[in-house]
Amino acid sequence: MKEIILEANQITKYFYDPMTVKVLNDINFTVERGDFVSIVGKSGCGKSTLLYILSTMDTEYEGKVIIDNENMKEKKEKQLAQVRNEKIGFVFQFHYLISEFSVLENVMLPGLKFNKFSKTEVEYRAMQKLKILEIDQLALKKANQLSGGEKQRVAIARALINDPLIIMGDEPTGNLDKKNSNIVFDIFKKLSEEESQTLLIVTHDQSFSANTNRTIVMEDGKIVSS
Amino acid sequence: MISKLIADIAKTLLIARWKQTLVAAIGVTFSITMFISLLSFMTGLNTLLDNLILNRTPHIKLYNDIKPSENSPIDQSEKYSKTHNFISSVKVKNRDINIYNSEAIINALKKDNRIKGIAPKVISQVFFNTGQTVLAGVINGIDAEAERKLFHFDDYITKGNAIDLKNTSNSIILGNVLAEKLLVKIGDLIQITTQNGEIFSLKLVGIFQSGLRDFDKTQSFSSINTVQKILGKTNNYITDIQIKLYDVNTAPLLAKDFHNTFEIDAEDIQTANAQFETGSKIRTIISYSVGITLLIVAGFGIYNILNMMIYEKMDSIAILKATGFSGKDVKNIFLTIALGIGFFGGMLGLVFGFLLSSIIDQIPFKTSALPTITTFPINYNLNFYLIAFLFSLVTTYFAGYFPAKKASKIDPVVIIRGK
Ligand SMILES: Nc1ncnc2c1ncn2[C@@H]1O[C@H](COP(=O)(O)OP(=O)(O)OP(=O)(O)O)[C@@H](O)[C@H]1O
Ligand SMILES: [Mg+2]
Repeated sequence: MKEIILEANQITKYFYDPMTVKVLNDINFTVERGDFVSIVGKSGCGKSTLLYILSTMDTEYEGKVIIDNENMKEKKEKQLAQVRNEKIGFVFQFHYLISEFSVLENVMLPGLKFNKFSKTEVEYRAMQKLKILEIDQLALKKANQLSGGEKQRVAIARALINDPLIIMGDEPTGNLDKKNSNIVFDIFKKLSEEESQTLLIVTHDQSFSANTNRTIVMEDGKIVSS
Repeated sequence: MISKLIADIAKTLLIARWKQTLVAAIGVTFSITMFISLLSFMTGLNTLLDNLILNRTPHIKLYNDIKPSENSPIDQSEKYSKTHNFISSVKVKNRDINIYNSEAIINALKKDNRIKGIAPKVISQVFFNTGQTVLAGVINGIDAEAERKLFHFDDYITKGNAIDLKNTSNSIILGNVLAEKLLVKIGDLIQITTQNGEIFSLKLVGIFQSGLRDFDKTQSFSSINTVQKILGKTNNYITDIQIKLYDVNTAPLLAKDFHNTFEIDAEDIQTANAQFETGSKIRTIISYSVGITLLIVAGFGIYNILNMMIYEKMDSIAILKATGFSGKDVKNIFLTIALGIGFFGGMLGLVFGFLLSSIIDQIPFKTSALPTITTFPINYNLNFYLIAFLFSLVTTYFAGYFPAKKASKIDPVVIIRGK
């Protein structure tokens, strides 16, 4: 059996405003090393909510999230931040690049925070990641001088900088046209196949999910097939 | 390494918004500049005004006061020692203002290592004759050298030389107002009449200006010997012993001590000039409150700018947190920004504060009351600069604290969902 990297154990979540709604209802699943998993479901079924919980940013839920054999419920804010920094790479629908920094610096930031490598090493690694994404020629541009597709690729490079256990994406191609979506998908595919990168991606895109190893389908806060 | 990263991020955010930063820093610079100049000027003024009185006031003055005897004969009588004795209409006895055994006292004081110096004095009422009229005044027989050394006597001599009192026999120095009234100039002979009606001629060797008009209207100085001679007294006739101490704060205590040991009246400087300290204190309080008020206003400026910056940078804060920066890291970033503004604004403020005080120091300021002062007084005190710099850091820290706290509390989920 392969090593389990992420485990969702009986996750239930309520929203209380404006009235009590059970958005997630007893979610159970695991992600193994090297898996390329997509999550699909109708709008409003709770995919993003689930991802925020799995990514440790949302801490108000019932049940357990286990990442790398550690229970996230037992960790404090600072330790959770460290888990996000070292073990999780994020790609959102929006790129969230910091416009004051260059492309290279944006990619380097989580690496510098990790504080495992020296600044020159982090810089070298960031360049490597940009090369993988074929945007190394943009390294010194300011983040706000790029196209949407390029920005999203920088965001992926940033997610990769600390060699995370798992990359999580919330509709990473949601804002992109067909061509750019394909580029991003190909990148994920390549990471999965060549680097055995574990990926967990929420998507609306049929062709995207169809090409992943495994698809989790959600409906009204529940998993209907996985 | 992490603190350096945080400083780098803070720096980048600061530089990207250099215009806002500059406005905030100018606020701090302005208030620190004003704080320093105000404090330097006010305390300069304090010292000047204090010195006006304190420099030439002895720390302790020993003399014989003219007052009714403290022990009435009836109190000394054994027979009535157990009763309450009421005596009304007590009158002052003809008491000699001469300090009895002054020589012995002076010798004892000279051995006292708490005392910096002593200047004996003979004071007497005299009349100055000018034509048909006479002006009442006072002649102070002084030891010119001791007065110069202990009481900055030279500072108040506007014409002539203080030391000539010693070198020229039968010489006198007049207060400038008195000299004007008598229509005399240096080298002239002045006629004085003593209380006993004897007339003497003294040569004018200097003009004295204390800045206190009433004082300059009546006072004159001569050597101790001359005054003793005028009064027809022997050369151990001394009416006042002025004492300067090493530590002025011990004056009240020592005064009491001397009063008991020498059985003589002793007045300390604190009792004699209580009102001056009050004035100094109020001026200092005013300077501090103005400076701090300005700093608080500057603090609000920083508070606003940081709040705006945080509002603009919500997305960046969210992604920093999503990628592993803790709430504390985010807080430190914004605190660093605030302290950066405080640091550079404060530093510039110190420089400008120094420049402004130097400029004030050059502004001519001539007043008849203060003959030795030519420009506005400035007190260059390193402490003001330290306090000002500390204040600038403290205010900006507090101004930055609340916005930074807010930034640290931002929930990335809320921001990311909002997109
Ligand atoms: N902060 C909130 N307070 C109350 N209800 C919320 C809140 N956030 C989300 N919801 C509700 O929870 C449900 C799930 O939201 P979620 O964003 O997880 O859906 P989703 O599956 O990601 O949808 P989409 O595909 O449109 O992104 C929705 O009905 C939404 O209206
Ligand atoms: Mg969603």
